[in-house]
Amino acid sequence: MSTIFGIPPQALFGQLLLGLINGSFYALLSLGLAVIFGMLNVINFAHGALYMLGAFVAWLLLTTAGIGYWWALLLAPLVVGAFGVVLEKTLLSRLYKLDHLYGLLLTFGLALIVEGAFRHFYGVSGQPYPIPDLLRGGQNLGFMFLPNYRGWVVVASLVVCLATWYAIERTKLGAYLRAATENPVLVQAFGINVPLMITATYGFGVALAGVAGVLAAPIYQVSPLMGSNLIIVVFAVVVIGGMGSILGAVLTGYGLGLLEGLTKVFYPEASNIVVFVIMAVVLLIKPAGLFGRER
Amino acid sequence: MATEIHAVRRETAAPATGRPAMPGLLALAVLLLVLIAAPYVLYPVFVMKVLCFALFACAFNLLIGFAGLLSFGHAAFFGGAAYITAHTVKVWGLPPELGILLGTAFAATLGLAFGALAIRRQGIYFAMITLALSQMVFFMALQLKFTGGEDGIQAVPRGHLFGVIDLSQSMAMYYTVLAVFLFGFAVIWRTVHSPFGQVLKAIRENEPRAISLGYRTDHYKLMAFVLSATLAGLAGGTKAIVFQLATLTDVQWQMSGAVVLMTLLGGIGTLFGPVVGAALVVTLENYLAASNLPVPVVIGVIFVACVLLFRRGIVGEIAARFGGKRP
Repeated sequence: MSTIFGIPPQALFGQLLLGLINGSFYALLSLGLAVIFGMLNVINFAHGALYMLGAFVAWLLLTTAGIGYWWALLLAPLVVGAFGVVLEKTLLSRLYKLDHLYGLLLTFGLALIVEGAFRHFYGVSGQPYPIPDLLRGGQNLGFMFLPNYRGWVVVASLVVCLATWYAIERTKLGAYLRAATENPVLVQAFGINVPLMITATYGFGVALAGVAGVLAAPIYQVSPLMGSNLIIVVFAVVVIGGMGSILGAVLTGYGLGLLEGLTKVFYPEASNIVVFVIMAVVLLIKPAGLFGRER
Repeated sequence: MATEIHAVRRETAAPATGRPAMPGLLALAVLLLVLIAAPYVLYPVFVMKVLCFALFACAFNLLIGFAGLLSFGHAAFFGGAAYITAHTVKVWGLPPELGILLGTAFAATLGLAFGALAIRRQGIYFAMITLALSQMVFFMALQLKFTGGEDGIQAVPRGHLFGVIDLSQSMAMYYTVLAVFLFGFAVIWRTVHSPFGQVLKAIRENEPRAISLGYRTDHYKLMAFVLSATLAGLAGGTKAIVFQLATLTDVQWQMSGAVVLMTLLGGIGTLFGPVVGAALVVTLENYLAASNLPVPVVIGVIFVACVLLFRRGIVGEIAARFGGKRP
């Protein structure tokens, strides 16, 4: 049997696929963070908790109401987004005039509350969520076996990321959004409802985390802790990509996922820290991040 | 943009003169008396826990309160030092004072490395970078052989201080911890009231202006970071001796969050705030552990309430209400 760099191709491609799937989640989450940061100047520490909430809503819909995956894929992000709108209206909006650090601290507190509550009611052990019937089984690609659901996750996240990028960079609404990021007062003077736009942006950003949660539910176990460690890797992704750019968040997300997968093949002990090592190197060379602008 | 946090601090921070003010010295005297008497009234191990976390919070506050840098990764220094101290004392058989010293030195080195990286960015980026770097330490603690993985390092002997004082006696241990705390607190007090501390405050208020006055602000920020990391390490190493234990809890990012809460609750930028905050949080955790309430939820609610309602913290509010006028 042939090998690539002394590694059987199945193992190599298997890990690369895993890396690509992790990368899909990094990209979706860092994209949401970038969208929110652009408009609100808040680092949403609750992002991991809201991702977990998305997965849990899907699970609850299934176990309590018998509502399946496809409806959950629509409903869970709506629920998470609506929750986000409430958070923004009642809590976050009080802090915009203050130092940005208070936004970070507030969302940190919110993350503790949401995660703590779910942990209290559902414990730390994960709940299984079945793969939808349509996506069971897999394809034999000759060099590796690709489970259908995993392929779907990669495609779905790519579509969502590209659509978001297009909406922000190429449409009129996106132009308003970018303009309001630069100068909210001026944009408001043109008769555009900036506070509404801020609320909607936060809702949309956390809805992206909700989408990621539903996509993740059949792959990982649905557990209260699923977001808390992921969020820190995503923060590192954000630092590496640079906050200025939507594209940077997406590309860095996928790239680092793949790199993590590769590390798992060649030097498994380092796979947990490779992202942080890369962050350190990037900071040394380009403190603004790979795609970021110096401000 | 970044206006109110500065306005708030300007009112609450210790007076900008080189000499500590009278109310400060009075508060110090009261604190000292309370701490000397505390083990006779309260359970000594509990007070020692408060002291370790109070020193940790004071160290953290040196950075956020006086240099304006929010580190979200201080657990790395606290927990990292705890592991080094626990290992050197238990496996190498070093006396406790040397173990703590090595743990502190490790935290200082780590602080230098992390600080050099993190000060390249500001504000929330700084917070995210410190958080990510400390997560790296967490994974190392999870994977390296000597840290004992999920179990941590247990049954660390307390040993004899300077080969003479038997630390297994709780009063001897208590006054050792008190001495360590007072030393750390004195270092912070001295730093804050020194010309170096004045420059830090200037950087906090307006960094571009400090640069234009000719200060190399990056050097000052890095020095503050290393000093803060070192003292956090001192707290962590001491904690490892007191509890004879170093575990993943010490290096987890939730620990970094806890120290932020202690400081915020007590009052960012006040000298005594972190002590009060640490005492409250530790007490609260002790009581909640026995109750049916989910601890993180309660902590989270307090966090949100602090951020929304009283950003000055307890000591900050008191200082602002009673004679908190700037000279």
